[in-house]
Amino acid sequence: MKSDIELIDTEGKRNDGRGPQDIRKIKIEAGVLHRADGSCYLEWGGNKVLVAVYGPREAVPRHTQNPLKAIVQARYNMAAFSVEDRKRPGPDRRSVEISKVISEALEKIVLTDQFPRASIDVCIEVLDAEAGTRCAGLTAAGVALIDAGIPMRDIPVACAAGKINGQVVLDLGKEEDNFGDADLPIAISPRTGEVLLLQMDGHLTYEEFNEAFDLAVKGCHMVSEIQKKAIMDKYQTAAAEVNE
Amino acid sequence: MTNEGRQVVIPGQILGDTPTFKPGRGTFVENKKIYAERLGVLNIQDAFIHIIPLKGRYDPIIGDLVIGIVEEASASHWMVDINAPSPAVLHVHEVPWEIEYADTEKYLNTGDTILAKVLSVDESKRLQITLNDRNLFKLKDGHLIEFEPSVYRRIMGKKYSMIEIIQKYTRCRIKVGKNGRIWIDGDAEGIEKVLQAISKIESEAITFGLTDRIEELLKKDAKDVR
Repeated sequence: MKSDIELIDTEGKRNDGRGPQDIRKIKIEAGVLHRADGSCYLEWGGNKVLVAVYGPREAVPRHTQNPLKAIVQARYNMAAFSVEDRKRPGPDRRSVEISKVISEALEKIVLTDQFPRASIDVCIEVLDAEAGTRCAGLTAAGVALIDAGIPMRDIPVACAAGKINGQVVLDLGKEEDNFGDADLPIAISPRTGEVLLLQMDGHLTYEEFNEAFDLAVKGCHMVSEIQKKAIMDKYQTAAAEVNE
Repeated sequence: MTNEGRQVVIPGQILGDTPTFKPGRGTFVENKKIYAERLGVLNIQDAFIHIIPLKGRYDPIIGDLVIGIVEEASASHWMVDINAPSPAVLHVHEVPWEIEYADTEKYLNTGDTILAKVLSVDESKRLQITLNDRNLFKLKDGHLIEFEPSVYRRIMGKKYSMIEIIQKYTRCRIKVGKNGRIWIDGDAEGIEKVLQAISKIESEAITFGLTDRIEELLKKDAKDVR
């Protein structure tokens, strides 16, 4: 499907002034909620996401418990005011799907065998949406899990790549997502390069897919650095302030 | 303790190689490399690399003194919340009272607070606690506050120095559970001071000379009162 909208100009500049391999501005803050075991607030371009982590705690109902390991239950929810037209509140087909894929991605990274019969609950609340909320949610969930002190193999991180006007670019914005040709969100474990989540919307040729995938992995590593810095900022400063 | 030892680590961070170092608490090994599995402070003892967690749920160990809140009384046991990933069982045989069948509610009921000891933890992390010891009992009156279980060692201090200082200056009865709960009994002013001290310890848990600063804080307040 070709659209008539100009998303990228002849010099390779996108509508919001980014180059094809630039990500949007990201701001991450860990430990923002008092009553949660771990939390994170993340702004990724126009996305605003709040994540709370509870647990490990007893999994209810009992039949969901696994006697050998913990279960990870992520709940992705979009606020009614997060999109331009009011979204009907409550879980819909889309958010149930995203909850499932994020749960499975996180289950691979959390050391679940340390907490048999327990549940780790991750509540992802999208306050403002502007394309790429599942990536933003998963990235924030990674930080919130660390803030909750949950043992993990690595810090999960997500980023999307896509195709607009026939060109592969990193981290699609709102117009690019709506009128572009394809969107490829992925989540990886940055230490090992393992893929935790991979979805695709639209059409890409084999070559384009490989190009977009490599670009998204590169984006993940960029986001990963921001994640690590946010955690270190939060916990290293506490030590530095008093040691002065 | 040396100054350089206080390094904050995050999951997935490489801490060393296995032949030279040995993996301790809070670490895992992959391809002969030792990685951190949780947020914490690095602690190398002999050749062992440990991580002292900064945050996280209480992980019960046999013999731990804990403060539990009774959730439910059944015919032959109570379920007690001890802040762990799953509730603990307190069997009627593990209390110092003679209890007739189904008479459990007369002795302990929902909402009661007890000072107990972890009796057993099995492979699937099923918990049992006991009240059968001289220093274990049902806690009446007083205040119950919660703290981050990982700062337990700072609240107690070296050879209980910290908790003794707090007790000395506030004249409160204090019981600290390893599961992140503190029970305080005393006058209102004393309790207020304990709360202040605990929140200071919690926020400055990874710093040095904390005991001295807490003593300073409590001393200053003591002067104002007199």
